Amino acid sequence: MTDPTALPAEPRMTPALAAEHGLKADEYDRLLAIIGRLPSVTELGIVSAMWSEHCSYKSSKVWLRRLPTEAPWVIHGPGENAGVVDIGDGLAAVFKMESHNHPSFIEPYQGAATGVGGILRDVFTMGARPVASLNALRFGSPDHPKTRHLLAGVVAGIGGYGNCVGVPTVGGEMDFHPAYNGNILVNAMTVGVARTDRLFTSAAVGVGNPVVYVGSKTGRDGIHGATMASAEFSDDAEAKRPTVQVGDPFTEKLLIEACLELMATEAIIAIQDMGAAGLTSSSVEMAGKGGLGIVLDLDCVPCRETGMTAYEIMLSESQERMLMVLRPGHEAVAQAIFAKWDLDFAVIGRLTDSGRLVVRRQDRVRADLPIAPMVEQAPLYERPWLPTREPTSVTVAATDLPLDHAASLVRLLADPDLCSKRWVWEQYDRHVGADTVFASGEADAAVVRVAGGPRALAMTADCTPRYCAADPVTGGRQAVAEAWRNLTAVGARPLALTDNLNFGNPEKPDIMGQLAGCVRGMAEACRALDFPVVSGNVSLYNETEGHAILPTPAIGGVGLLEDACMAVGIGLTRSGVALLLLGGDPGHLGQSLFLRVCLDRVEGPPPPVDLALERRVGDLVRALIRDRLVEACHDLSGGGLLVGVAEMVLAGSHGVDLTPAGQRDATFWFGEDQGRYLVATPDEEAVCRRAVDALVPVRPLGRTSGDGIVLAGGRTLDRDGLAAAHESWLPQWMDGVL
Amino acid sequence: MSAAVIVFPGSNCDRDVARAVTQCMGMRPHMVWHKETEVPPVDVIVLPGGFSHGDYLRSGAMAARAPVMRTIAERVAAGVAVLGICNGFQILAEAGLLPGAFLRNASLRFVCLTVTLRVDTVRSPFTAGYDPGQILRIPVAHHDGNYYADADTLACLYDEDRIAFRYVTERGDPDPDTNPNGSCANIAGILDARGRVLGMMPHPERAVDPLHGGTDGVALFRGLVDRLG
Repeated sequence: MTDPTALPAEPRMTPALAAEHGLKADEYDRLLAIIGRLPSVTELGIVSAMWSEHCSYKSSKVWLRRLPTEAPWVIHGPGENAGVVDIGDGLAAVFKMESHNHPSFIEPYQGAATGVGGILRDVFTMGARPVASLNALRFGSPDHPKTRHLLAGVVAGIGGYGNCVGVPTVGGEMDFHPAYNGNILVNAMTVGVARTDRLFTSAAVGVGNPVVYVGSKTGRDGIHGATMASAEFSDDAEAKRPTVQVGDPFTEKLLIEACLELMATEAIIAIQDMGAAGLTSSSVEMAGKGGLGIVLDLDCVPCRETGMTAYEIMLSESQERMLMVLRPGHEAVAQAIFAKWDLDFAVIGRLTDSGRLVVRRQDRVRADLPIAPMVEQAPLYERPWLPTREPTSVTVAATDLPLDHAASLVRLLADPDLCSKRWVWEQYDRHVGADTVFASGEADAAVVRVAGGPRALAMTADCTPRYCAADPVTGGRQAVAEAWRNLTAVGARPLALTDNLNFGNPEKPDIMGQLAGCVRGMAEACRALDFPVVSGNVSLYNETEGHAILPTPAIGGVGLLEDACMAVGIGLTRSGVALLLLGGDPGHLGQSLFLRVCLDRVEGPPPPVDLALERRVGDLVRALIRDRLVEACHDLSGGGLLVGVAEMVLAGSHGVDLTPAGQRDATFWFGEDQGRYLVATPDEEAVCRRAVDALVPVRPLGRTSGDGIVLAGGRTLDRDGLAAAHESWLPQWMDGVL
Repeated sequence: MSAAVIVFPGSNCDRDVARAVTQCMGMRPHMVWHKETEVPPVDVIVLPGGFSHGDYLRSGAMAARAPVMRTIAERVAAGVAVLGICNGFQILAEAGLLPGAFLRNASLRFVCLTVTLRVDTVRSPFTAGYDPGQILRIPVAHHDGNYYADADTLACLYDEDRIAFRYVTERGDPDPDTNPNGSCANIAGILDARGRVLGMMPHPERAVDPLHGGTDGVALFRGLVDRLG
């Protein structure tokens, strides 16, 4: 009989084995130089995970440094598990967005579910109770045979996890493009609230202090997920299914409650969740930040199965696990709390003064690595990049513009990118927590009260990849500006953002050019709008068979309302109020949905983003809302003015007579000019006066009346027709009717 | 007047309903962990919504066998008012304190939306604060809200005036199109034979503040104070 706990012999170390782990030849040489000998296979696994693109940001770091990260209200910028901003009254908002793109393509339900679980842990690790989640989803063409299956699985996975843990999913965005056929994007964001005097970080302190493992047991799932997330897909992507983790939202819920309960005591010195590269990155992170060493006895790690090797335990990405350093003598308090919640608790190591990560398994040292050199000498690339070619301007002959605006509106409202996403968000519990003021479809940003009020947080997730593809700099600017605008449109003061930079293979200069351009545009907008980046995530190698996704820098913005009662939604709720356009109407058609949907043309530059005007208009809108001059507000984005009006009508109970706006061409109704808002006001005169004083273009469009839309010239669109156009496409397509 | 909220592992509306009780009934409820066998002497016991034990096995099945449930059954026998919301309703059904069972929603998808309800009986402390036939707007959020009972049980519920709430149109008709989950007879909430136990799928604690978008849940909690306080 063989001993079931006996571990297999380690394979021989070769450069080929290193290459299989994703280490380039020069990276392997660098490892040999640092340790001065051949690594064990456990060490190779640890280092290849640490140096993966996913964990090291080796291709993007030089660019990320250009993003502004500071403001007087920022408590923790990038570098912690999540960004932290001060929201007054001794409270802080804690938030981050993170991608789970590759796993979601391979196994959509579990991939998306564990994406939600991971981002929740990033937030509660810092001492915050998660109060809301959002997501930014990109799928392939609706015609692609896999799209329906992927969408159904991702939405069910997000709901399955978020609904069970009891964190409301309050907002997000979703669109379709063939560039995502082989590589969907699933970006999940969570916002939490913590006391500023009870924030927790990962820097370990105190030689000899116990290192404690809590949560689920470790299994063989997700081994080397970080490495998978750092490579292009080929056609055999599905063979990688074993690298996808399986989520258990019930355990996560217990873990949240147990951690928050323990965080109310004095027991915790440092805490870190086990995310990508599991125990490896969490232990290195904690010891590295504290300038200490750590010794781990893997025999003490709670495992799901016998015979797991040191390599497997160190690289498992089993979910719902945390690593903590406890104050000596507090082990019993901590253990009692975790026992109450029926969670595993084990002291698995100690902090040392050696500066080394030492991993023991079955009485043998399996890894012994110097932490500081591994971190400081991690590869960092200034990859060559080519600027994206400037698009040629688009000219549409006046005679080519459709004259029937009502027909164009109906086509746009039914387009997959603009149609109602009700089918999606009705699968998300948007109200658990009983603090949701506005969720999907009700306002430009979701609004969630802070602990019963009066304060509230506004939050949004935005990006317009087609703009980024045509002109990355403008697209980067626009993504940040739109998030800022959405927060402004509910009346919130934008505080900070988290970003999720999704791009193709960074080893290709044109892809690096997209990243460089988008980051440049984002940085400009962040500075102009006082809207710093406090956390983020980079997802590269989003390519399948050499086809890259559209450059997609998703932005998650968070803002503050001093009084939740001041928040405004988009719905028109009574008749006789004036509808005004603030911000101008040059009528830019390049890259617009109108051009694509109604004229079947995808061309031209995206609409320019004038950041000074953006700021002026936004500051005015926020002041008007604060002064109670605005009953409903909607920023204008994809689809343009008339789509925005229709969305306000459909979200509320009343229609609009647009006759006073006069007879105008399609560029007026469907141009996608930036920095614009529709406001419904009972005091048209005051708003016009304030706009003129603020040097903001203002145009009265009409008044609310009836329940549909009346255009100059007498063309009317009734509510039922608009609603049918807006609401039908997604459920019918999901049912296979379309 | 006093109340207790039972907390199961995976309950996630426990804090929400505690806040609604505090706000509408004027006192903080006791929070009682499921492993307890002692429950303070209270007038009202609430089983909150959520995913007790992750909804593993069957929604409510494991929670129905928690140590605290024996005590709750004794209190029910003694006439204490017990309110089960969403997962709490599922637990009451699994515990045999209310008749019927729950199936997956007819759409097979989780559903979260604000439904229109009709108050079908006011002969209970939970519904006494409403007018007969009153129309309410209250959110639901569930995956297994498809209430099932056999024909005899349904007939009994009708005969004994034990249907508390039904899903209806704005005009009050229990039209099949307004049924969010496929429940028999559009049932959204039922009472036990003595009218002292209410199970309901909609979440009244999510409709107690104008910022929730409605306050139709307030009268349920206030009614308990008026009738039992």
